[in-house]
Amino acid sequence: MTLQHRFVRTVLGFGAIAAVTIVVSPLVGPTSINLRRVFDWSIPFSDNTDAQIFFVARLPRTLSGAIVGALFASAGVVFQGLLRNPLATPFTLGVSTGAALGAILALTFGWSITIAGISAVPLAAFVGSLAAVGIVYALAQARHRGLSTTVLLLAGVTMNAFFSAMILFVQYFASFTDVARTLRWLMGNLDVSSYEPLVTALPGLVIAFAMFAWLARPLNLLSLGPDSAESRGLDVARAQRAAFLSASLATGAAVSIGGPIGFVGIIIPHLVRLLVGPDHRLVLPAAALFGAAFLVACDLVARTILAPIEVPVGVITAVIGGPFFLWLLIRKP
Amino acid sequence: MAADSKTVKPGRTAGRTIAPLCAALALVFAVRSAAPQAGLPGVRHAPRPSRITSLVPAATEMLFAVGAGARVVAVSSYDHYPAEVTTLPRVGALIDPNVERILALKPDLVIIYASQTDLKQQLGRAGIAVFEYRHAGLADVTDTIRAIGARTGDAGPANAVASRIERDLEAIRARVRVQPKPRTLLVFGREPGSLRGLYASGGVGFLSDMLETAGGANVLAAVKLQAVQASTEQVLAARPDVILETRAADEAFPVAQRGAELDAWKVLASVPAVRNGRVIFLFDDRIVVPGPRVAEGTLLMAKALHPDVFGATDAAGPTTQPRSGRRVDAGADGILPAAAGAEREQ
Repeated sequence: MTLQHRFVRTVLGFGAIAAVTIVVSPLVGPTSINLRRVFDWSIPFSDNTDAQIFFVARLPRTLSGAIVGALFASAGVVFQGLLRNPLATPFTLGVSTGAALGAILALTFGWSITIAGISAVPLAAFVGSLAAVGIVYALAQARHRGLSTTVLLLAGVTMNAFFSAMILFVQYFASFTDVARTLRWLMGNLDVSSYEPLVTALPGLVIAFAMFAWLARPLNLLSLGPDSAESRGLDVARAQRAAFLSASLATGAAVSIGGPIGFVGIIIPHLVRLLVGPDHRLVLPAAALFGAAFLVACDLVARTILAPIEVPVGVITAVIGGPFFLWLLIRKP
Repeated sequence: MAADSKTVKPGRTAGRTIAPLCAALALVFAVRSAAPQAGLPGVRHAPRPSRITSLVPAATEMLFAVGAGARVVAVSSYDHYPAEVTTLPRVGALIDPNVERILALKPDLVIIYASQTDLKQQLGRAGIAVFEYRHAGLADVTDTIRAIGARTGDAGPANAVASRIERDLEAIRARVRVQPKPRTLLVFGREPGSLRGLYASGGVGFLSDMLETAGGANVLAAVKLQAVQASTEQVLAARPDVILETRAADEAFPVAQRGAELDAWKVLASVPAVRNGRVIFLFDDRIVVPGPRVAEGTLLMAKALHPDVFGATDAAGPTTQPRSGRRVDAGADGILPAAAGAEREQ
């Protein structure tokens, strides 16, 4: 079977899973809504609670789940390829902790700037992720031609620890409610209640996915090691830079929308590799689509299983993802 | 669009944390929402304490209210009321009690949160008596005042204070008894500029009790939790008639932001409270600190919920005042004299 065939089959297969999940998810929830009423345009929207639940509560939430899931999963693939380390996640290099520090500063000090429909917390999270990316990137480039993946890893791990310490330090100034809210933020929340954050994230999203598409081949070559990749005509430094920046951008955008939701970025890439093999030209689209489906499904569970109380979505991804990942590790090939 | 607010100067019910996440979360909910528990068994014959330390703002207010204020030698880092506490040494709070400073002040009674088990052990080893405090319901506030009074040797005044609070609460209850009960969502936290991370009062705890006393029906009464993270869907489905957003005064939305914060609700246009301009801000420590001013806080809620009943005068309002406390900065910061309740978004 040619690569084209496998690509089409992969995209159609995982695309179908994602599409079904995304269509079903807004139909289900803790409240029962009347679908005929939802789509009854003769009722003014502001009087139509069913339509508001569907279009204000559930649909943006489903879409943000899909976007965040796709971003985390594909960023995970790229980081694992870039660092040539199967344990890398979108959070390994400090991006998410930087975002968390930004978000927690905004929560604790009640910043209330709004830019382009994005409120202070997601905004601060995104700025925090950019700061973390900048620092790690500068460190990794300082003494090398191109990026040193070792320095990247070490700098990332150090920045993670540093930002975590800063988070705890900031919480020292927070009131109880602030602390509760920041802890909750760290467990992820896709309830965005408007489309604005998604629309604003769109340009970044398009750029990140376009770069991922371009990165598929370079990542394949990089998996042979930088020297072999170089000898096969790859500009390794450029590819590494592109991989680092695009995956970081994706992670920053995802964290600012949904918070640092764990496990999606590691479990989905590995699962997808089991199914489609190691070729990044297949792994990347499959991971994006499957990550979207996975997170939407997890959020569906999160908001219904203990209704009317919600379980943080990060808890669901970890509870499903943890044991599943262990099973992957011990199962016979 | 002027949302209203009132602002008494001080404090938070808060503490600080640098603790591990889960532990902190548990503490947060324990402290945020709930109230009291009587003292230790066996303290009945304890001598009258002469050097008292309080790590709980609500309990500090109670000490001053029962007349033990002069014997308070140190308070928590979150105490602001009454004014006397501002000059007292601070010895930490829920998560960061400074044991060394506490011991150095040689107290003979320390009021701690019931969850501070390490501190309790340390103080026990030093032979210092503790009174364990826990947030709970509204009725527990007066119970705790009596228990603290009994412990400090001020049982008489404590009983008078507690009875007056109970009378004031009963007076509010009586005035709203025949009124329709607006279905109310009581919000006490969310992300600035959006409805994300929205925390509201469930059906238990002093906030929910105050709301019911003030003549409101808590839309989340069925959720038997003190703090609920309410989703957009939950708020839409609950369709509250009134949304009360309450916070400690020092966590109030900045005045310049109040219009924008009110607008954040507009995405939920089908919610009656939003449509009818009944999203009301109440930034006042008397609501969020379950101490001796709790009847005043309840009256603020009642005014917000039933402006017609409580109109322009609060002649029938509660009179509870801490004995030795002055009201902090009333007026200056906009404690409205009477209809403090709330103006509504119009």
